[in-house]
Amino acid sequence: MVKGTTMKDTLLKRNRAGRDTGVLVKDMKVSRSMWVFRGVNLVFLLAVLFLTVYPFLNIVAQSFSSEGFINAGQVNLFPMGFNVETYRLILADSTFWNNYGNTVLYTVVATTISMVLTTSFAYAIAKKDLKGRSVFIGIAVFTMFFNGGLIPNYVLISSLGMRDTLWAVVLPNAISVFNLLIMKSFFENMPRELEEAAAIDGLTQYGVLFRVVLPLSKAIVATMVLFYAVANWNSWFQAFLYLDNPDLFPVTIYLRNMIAGVTTAGSAGGTAENVGQIAANIQSVTIVLTVIPILCVYPFVQKYFFSGVMLGSVKE
Amino acid sequence: MAMRLEIPPEAVTADPPGKGGKNRNGGRRNKPGSWKVAITRDWRLYTLVLLPLIYFAVFRYLPMAGNVIAFRQFQPGGSIFGEKWVGLKYVTLFINDPSFWQAFQNTIILGVLTLLFCFPMPIIFALMLNELRSQKFKKLVQTVAYLPHFMSVVIIAGMILQNFSMTGTVNQVANSLFGTTVNFTQDAGWFRPMYISSEVWQTMGWGAILYLAALTRVDESLYEAARIDGANRWQQTWHVTLPAIRPTIITLLILNIGTFMAVGFEKILLIYNPLNYETSDVISTYLYRVGLESSNFSYAAAIGMFESVIGLTLILSANAISKRLAGTSLW
Repeated sequence: MVKGTTMKDTLLKRNRAGRDTGVLVKDMKVSRSMWVFRGVNLVFLLAVLFLTVYPFLNIVAQSFSSEGFINAGQVNLFPMGFNVETYRLILADSTFWNNYGNTVLYTVVATTISMVLTTSFAYAIAKKDLKGRSVFIGIAVFTMFFNGGLIPNYVLISSLGMRDTLWAVVLPNAISVFNLLIMKSFFENMPRELEEAAAIDGLTQYGVLFRVVLPLSKAIVATMVLFYAVANWNSWFQAFLYLDNPDLFPVTIYLRNMIAGVTTAGSAGGTAENVGQIAANIQSVTIVLTVIPILCVYPFVQKYFFSGVMLGSVKE
Repeated sequence: MAMRLEIPPEAVTADPPGKGGKNRNGGRRNKPGSWKVAITRDWRLYTLVLLPLIYFAVFRYLPMAGNVIAFRQFQPGGSIFGEKWVGLKYVTLFINDPSFWQAFQNTIILGVLTLLFCFPMPIIFALMLNELRSQKFKKLVQTVAYLPHFMSVVIIAGMILQNFSMTGTVNQVANSLFGTTVNFTQDAGWFRPMYISSEVWQTMGWGAILYLAALTRVDESLYEAARIDGANRWQQTWHVTLPAIRPTIITLLILNIGTFMAVGFEKILLIYNPLNYETSDVISTYLYRVGLESSNFSYAAAIGMFESVIGLTLILSANAISKRLAGTSLW
């Protein structure tokens, strides 16, 4: 396997190089324009690289800077007037920890629910001879293009008595149809013989799912868990709509209120005069602390999501 | 909701509703048979479907039905379907509401600008990445460029507001170049550039992923043939690469048109303020304020329904047009 891939790679590389030399031999002028093109391309991509990273670096720099330099507009890539006082302030704030804990709780619960619903539905609708399958798929896909809208959803959740409960955060978006379709096409591409053999051995459809299919689907399950977990970690709007009790807020709402000026630095320990001043600094610290877990799982997400997207799009 | 919906094109095309269940792979049994037979045989699979179906019914289809409150008087705490029939009262109300039309106009402008700038950028980015010869550098650029996609919109909003603030980076640059600073976050004239540039920043990298996937499947021998015909690099791109990724481009274009009306609701809600409503207020933010801040549920539902119907119409017509002109469609 490995050998085969490398050979294919070398072949591809040779082809690419071949493409270039083909032009080079033909005309020196073209080759010069080729170099210009390559140079421009490289500069453009380096610029993209820098512009993408810059806002993140800027936030980190601000989080370690003292307010004087931030307000003078002097902080860009590096911290000015190094200061960790704000980190100490936020990390000592019990509201922050409470909200952070809520985010962890919501992420775990919501991801679990989502995985159970998505996996079972995807497995069933991947069975090509299941009667009613096309209706089930239609029911799911239609919701991608038409939805009830903000107000009816709000009215529904309120009348279900879910306001100010965890359920308002974890249930309304439990199934992502996008993830569902990726999983469905993964299950469809599994060799049928495996499942048939297991059925002949006397396993029921449950048995096939739990003992044969799922153990072979670790990669896709991991991908989906990461997709859902990241989405849940980042979500704020459900909580913003349905939660009034500050003890239930996720950390994204903590940050949102800070940005919107509802929670000022005052409630996190600042004094009245410097409230406005240290706002940028304190926001940056909160952003950094919220992003850290995402950055920690990012390498794994990165490893899996491309194959996840490919799984959904490569179909014979 | 926080994550943007990106649909792998073929995942949607794969099983058009109405064509499934025909047992194309020739399974164990060739005839679907009656429901009774199906349930006896597959009742375990149907139990798996049950909970998700309840989920769709309650959280997706019930709210759709709940849209009737657009035509009925709704009382907080009362029935989710409203109390009494009022006909088109709320529809005529918003048709005569200048704030609505301002929001409508802003939605169209932001939608068009998004299509104009945010849609082509990922294609260009993918093509440029594809020309890179160093795979390591390519991987590095990709890894970094995907990052904004995984950030919460709250964090993105925080970054936008800081970078465009009076002391932020953009003003630092403006100050050193032109000697002036601009209050970007409060000046209505600057809202659109601020929004669109941040949108490009946020979506360019991840948006390229499907194009990159499509590019890996372009047949190398096509390039070879083009070269033999004397095509230079640019002609190869124009005549080989672009046609090869055309179906992906069209599919994503249709999907983008479908989300036209929903322009970055959560982000706008986080970064706009009364000072720039003139340019920043879109239909979804307007109905949010009308419905949830002023509690005019029925009125807001009427606006929301109008928005969803336009969205659905747009995607259906885009799909029909592309089916006829390009032979590519979602279903």
